[in-house]
Amino acid sequence: MSVTDAPPAKATGPQIRKPSTRKRLVPYWLLLPGILWLVVFFALPLVYQASTSVQTGSLEKGFEVTWHFATYWDALRDYYPQFIRSLLYAGTATILCLLLGYPLAYLIAFKAGRWRNLVLVLVIAPFFTSFLIRTLAWKTILADGGAVVDVLNTLHVLDVTSWLGWTESNRVLATPMAVVCGLTYNFLPFMILPLYTSLERIDGRLHEAAGDLYATPATTFRKVTFPLSMPGVVSGTLLTFIPASGDYVNAELLGSTDTKMVGSVIQTQFLRVLDYPTAAALSFILMAIVLLMVTAYIRRSGTEDLV
Amino acid sequence: MPVLRWIRRNLIVIAGLLTLAYMILPNIVVMVFSFNKPNGRFNYAWQRFSLDAWKDPCGVADMCGSLSLSLQIAAWATVGATVLGTMIAFALVRYRFRARGAINSLIFLPMAMPEVVMAASLLTLFLNMGAELGFWTVLIAHIMFCLSFVVTAVKARVMSMDPRLEEAARDLYAGPVQTFVRVTLPIAAPGIAAGALLAFALSFDDFIITNFNAGSTVTFPMFVWGSAQRGTPVQINVIGTAMFVLAVLVVLAGQLLANRRKKSA
Repeated sequence: MSVTDAPPAKATGPQIRKPSTRKRLVPYWLLLPGILWLVVFFALPLVYQASTSVQTGSLEKGFEVTWHFATYWDALRDYYPQFIRSLLYAGTATILCLLLGYPLAYLIAFKAGRWRNLVLVLVIAPFFTSFLIRTLAWKTILADGGAVVDVLNTLHVLDVTSWLGWTESNRVLATPMAVVCGLTYNFLPFMILPLYTSLERIDGRLHEAAGDLYATPATTFRKVTFPLSMPGVVSGTLLTFIPASGDYVNAELLGSTDTKMVGSVIQTQFLRVLDYPTAAALSFILMAIVLLMVTAYIRRSGTEDLV
Repeated sequence: MPVLRWIRRNLIVIAGLLTLAYMILPNIVVMVFSFNKPNGRFNYAWQRFSLDAWKDPCGVADMCGSLSLSLQIAAWATVGATVLGTMIAFALVRYRFRARGAINSLIFLPMAMPEVVMAASLLTLFLNMGAELGFWTVLIAHIMFCLSFVVTAVKARVMSMDPRLEEAARDLYAGPVQTFVRVTLPIAAPGIAAGALLAFALSFDDFIITNFNAGSTVTFPMFVWGSAQRGTPVQINVIGTAMFVLAVLVVLAGQLLANRRKKSA
C-alpha cells in the first residue's frame, strides 16, 4: 500500500459515481418542492386538526390536548341530521347528474358531429363564470310565483313532491328540492367530462358489430356501451359526490335552516362559534365517512387504476 | 304516431339538449338580469330594462377591488401550481423510484377530500402557527389544492409522449437543456396549458377554502357571497356575463387554433 495510490482512488471514485448519483437524484429534486408543499399544507394540517379535535378548553383560557374523544360522540349526536342530509342530498344529486349527464355526454361523443366543439364549449364555459353568481341565478329561476313554480303547480308536480317532503306547497325555494337542484347543476360538468372522455374512446365499430349480431339499440347500450364507459361513470360519480357532500353554498343560498348540510355546521363552528374542537371533530367524521364510502365504491366497481 | 316515433328515435339527442339547456339557463338569467334596474337591494325580480350597470361596472364599493385581488391570487396560484405540478408530473412519468405509490396517493388525496375538510384543517395549521390570515394564506391554500389537478393534466400528456423523440434530439447532439426547451416542452405544452387553465379557473372561483383562510381579505367569490345577504348589485351580473362571454371566446379560439394546427400537421 502506498500513499500515492490512495488519493487517485478517492478522487476517481466519486467522479465515476457522481453522474449516476446525480441522475438518480433527479426525480427527487423534481418532486421535492411540490411534495413538500403538499406535506406542509395538506398532510400536516390534518395532523393539527386531529390534535385540535381532542383538545378541550375555551378561546379565553386556551386549548389543551386532553384526549377528549367524547367530542366526537357529542358532535355525532348533535349533528347527525346534518350528516345524513349531506349524504342524502349529495347522493341524490350524484344520481341525477348521472341520469342527466349521460345523454349529453353520449350526444357529444357520438351524435354531435361538427357541433361537438360548440357543445363542449357550452359545457365547459360555465366553469369559468363564478359558480356563486350562477347559484344566485337559481334564486330567480325558482322564485315563488315564478314561471318554474307556476308550471310545476299547474302540472300538480308540487303536490306530489310536497307530499314526499321535497318541497312545500306553492314553493320550491328554501326546500330540499332547491338544494338538490343547485347541487346537481353545480356538479354536472364534473360528471359530463369524465363520461365524455371514456365514451369517446369507444370504437364506433363495436356498435356496428353489436347491431350485426342482432342486438337491439337497448341491448347494445346495456351490454357494450355502458360497461365500456364504466371508468367514466366511476370517476364522474366520485368527482360529483365528494365535493357535493362537503358543499354548503347551495344549502345556504337556496335552502333554509331545515336543509343545512354538515359543511355549513363546520363553517359556523369554526368561523363564528369558534368551538375549534367540535369543528375539527365534525370535519374528521365527514372525511372518514367520505373516504370509507369512496374506498368501498372503488373496490366494488373494480376500477382501481383511477389514480 | 309519427311524432312519438320521432321522439323515440331521437330520445338521446332530446335528453342531451335538455340537459344542456339546464346548464345554460342560469347563465342566460345572469345575462338578462345584468340589464335590470332593480327596485331595492336585491336583483332577483325583473323590473325594467337599463344599461346603468354596464355603463358603470365598478360603481359598487369594493367589488372591483375584490375582483382584482381574485385575479392576482389566481395568476400567482396558477404560476405556482403549474411549475410545481409540472415538475412532479415529469418525475412520476419519466422516472422509477421508491415511494412512487405513496407520492401518487398524496397527490390523489386532495382531490378525494371534501373541500371543507381541507379548508378547516389548513385553518387549524395557520391558527396554531399564529399566521396572519390574508393574501398569503389564501395563495398558499390555492397552490395546494390546484397542484393535484395540474399534475393529473400534465401527467396525461407526458404519458402519451414518445420518449424516442428526445432520444433522437440527443442523437442529433442536443444538450439536455436544449432537448428540454426545444423538444420536450413544446410537446408537453398542451397538457401544461390545460393544467394552468384549470388551476386559474379553480383558484378564481374557489369559495370554501378561501372563506376559511382569508381572514378579513375579500376575494370576488367572497364578495358575491356577502352580497347574497346584503343585497346583490346588478354589477355582479355584468361581471358574470363578461366572464361567460370571455370564457366562450377563449375556449373557441383555443379550439380553432388546435384545429388549424391539426390540419396543417
